[in-house]
Amino acid sequence: MKLSTEAAPHFRTTNTTRKIMIDVLISLIPAVIASTWIFGFRALFIMLFSMVFAEMLDFSIVRFLRKQKDHIPDFSASVTGLLLGMNLSLAVNWWQIMLGVIVAIILAKQVFGGLGQNFFNPALVGRAFMLISFPTAMTTWYVPFYYQNPDIITSASPLGIITQEGMNTVLQNYTYWDMFIGRIPGSIGEVSALALIVGFIYLVAKSRIKLMIPVSYIGTVLIFSSIFYMVDPTKFGTPLFHLLAGGLILGALFMATDMVTSPMSIKGQFVFGMGAGILTMIIRFFGSYPEGVSFSILIMNAFVPLIDDWLKPKIYGTTEGEIKHA
Amino acid sequence: MPILTFKGGVHPPEKKHFTKDKPFEKLPLPDFVYLFTTNHLGAPAKPIVKEGDQVKTGQLVAEATGSISANIHSSVTGEVVGIESFINASTGRKDNAIVIKRSSEDVWEYIEHDENFKRFSKEELINIVKKAGIVGLGGAMFPSHVKLSVPENKKIEYLIINGAECEPYITVDDMMMRTYTEEIIKGIKIIEYIVNPQKIYLGIEGNKPEAIKIMKNALKNENIEVAVLKTKYPQGAEKQLIKAITKREVPSGGLPIDAGALVFNVSTTYAIYDAVINGKPLVERGITLSGGVKKPGNYWFRIGTKVSDLLNQVELVEEEKIDRIIYGGPMMGIPLPNVDLPTFKGNNAITILTKEELPQKHEYPCIRCASCVKACPIGLQPYYLKKLADSRKNDIAQENGIMDCIECGACSYICPSNIELVKTFKTTKKVIKAIQRRRG
Repeated sequence: MKLSTEAAPHFRTTNTTRKIMIDVLISLIPAVIASTWIFGFRALFIMLFSMVFAEMLDFSIVRFLRKQKDHIPDFSASVTGLLLGMNLSLAVNWWQIMLGVIVAIILAKQVFGGLGQNFFNPALVGRAFMLISFPTAMTTWYVPFYYQNPDIITSASPLGIITQEGMNTVLQNYTYWDMFIGRIPGSIGEVSALALIVGFIYLVAKSRIKLMIPVSYIGTVLIFSSIFYMVDPTKFGTPLFHLLAGGLILGALFMATDMVTSPMSIKGQFVFGMGAGILTMIIRFFGSYPEGVSFSILIMNAFVPLIDDWLKPKIYGTTEGEIKHA
Repeated sequence: MPILTFKGGVHPPEKKHFTKDKPFEKLPLPDFVYLFTTNHLGAPAKPIVKEGDQVKTGQLVAEATGSISANIHSSVTGEVVGIESFINASTGRKDNAIVIKRSSEDVWEYIEHDENFKRFSKEELINIVKKAGIVGLGGAMFPSHVKLSVPENKKIEYLIINGAECEPYITVDDMMMRTYTEEIIKGIKIIEYIVNPQKIYLGIEGNKPEAIKIMKNALKNENIEVAVLKTKYPQGAEKQLIKAITKREVPSGGLPIDAGALVFNVSTTYAIYDAVINGKPLVERGITLSGGVKKPGNYWFRIGTKVSDLLNQVELVEEEKIDRIIYGGPMMGIPLPNVDLPTFKGNNAITILTKEELPQKHEYPCIRCASCVKACPIGLQPYYLKKLADSRKNDIAQENGIMDCIECGACSYICPSNIELVKTFKTTKKVIKAIQRRRG
């Protein structure tokens, strides 16, 4: 009888990296459907094109450049591609998307060593690159259901309106309900808070997410915006507005929670979310660009190694902060 | 009463249904037994018999030599036929084993004992436990007389009897509590008499409702409290058990006694009873034989029986289906290179794992999902320790607590990328210890 002598534990979870990525993709389906409903098939094309091209590029690099002949796609690149697509404006064209994907997959991920090695969220790096390179296309916001009513095609986003004209003008144009279900101009995948939350609940139910990050991120935004709201409600807007307008929900639930580029300990995740929340509000209130979610997450990504080093979990049998010497 | 637990941990499939209602059966006496001179932590015991000697069951065949060594007794009646070297899975090296050929039925040699144990002084009782060669039967095999010898300056506040049994498949402690309820309670009282604790708990995981019910009933009028624990791995680990029940932590690098606690496994407690009341040295114990066998169950066996002899009794399923056979359960169990190896005092189970229940493993890179950080019951960061260990940064690994790792394997179990975390830590810990020894 031939016996295997592999090391303990002999039982392993049936969970795999690949299943995690597939679940993330599944959780984004409601938002993809909502975006397609709101912005038409062009939105669907952008998201799928970005996703498929990202996966093909990633696969080719690992298979043919890294020469990992037994590589099985883990679908992490699909997640990157889909999220990048969701973060784009409807005005971008196919070659701009391709360039964005190339930056995301090659510059932000593969040059660091591939899956798990990168410091910055690849989708956000791709988006930041596109925002700088194609500023007009990236900030041209289509109005919802423009395909039904071709009279007005583009408009300012709620965050653009509040920066220019204040909260009252926003509320003349959109209700909170519009913002919640996604009847507002904005990036393809960010507009429907409802659809994103439905997907998020799926991830939470399957314990596939670092839950502390969205909690502390959104909590910080609500607290920060409440304080400013009390100072000047018409200029800074309500906390609910800051929650629903722009990319906070997409960013806090699906981008900041990227496992690879966020802290490992609960304490670290709390600080990471809080930092992203503060930066988002600083950029929204004082920046020249109306939206702060992407850049705040990218900046916090850079702090992750430091956060991981400083905020370790308490080791059993030691007191907090005790440094152990051999 | 709230269900007690610790922070971290995982939920592997329990798989206890094969044997959880199987009453103990005595296995027939083997023709040969192979008694390791290291049936405990610490220095090997010194053989005091030679080839050709006739020995009775329970007769001392090797004497404890060091401070954490234990006596070894013949587990059959027969003739010493030699001393052979075998792979000892508990130490990971080749150790000597005294080989005894059974020649007649069971003729016992008993040690001093008395039904009224209070006739003895504490020191005398500790000496009986020492004479009987009792070690921790949960698997660690730490000599019990050493544990019982509480230093003068330490005080035992909590005596905890460990009936958690959190490894999948294993049901021997569950069945011990249900079968030998009164004996175990008497064992607890002997320990109580020796160490004089302020409070006594019997910790049992919630997935053993029968044992909880029987024990609660039997302990109605006693000052021993049944602590119902959350079913979670590694709830039976000493440090986790102490934390769950007392909310205290054993200081890093320290012993339970430093937290005012003392922990004995239920099987060990029974062995102490058997030695003090019946005069029986530790030569037999209960074991769960489960998994890919035709007759899974809980059995009494003689220590030193070859694994192959045990397996012949329970009949393996078809050979092609078997992937590995392990000493213990699937979370911490040690795989056997072959079945011709002897059993030892710490064997609470032999688990036969078939290919069907072991999924194909494909290793992915670490995606920093933090599952290992959440699962670690000690609060370590396994992903980081692995990185440090792989790059030989042993000093930094030590600063980050690698020596505190209890090797439970929760991190490897939960890792979606199938990274061999605990395996790396075991090796690195051995390297660090070896370096420390060399430095003196």
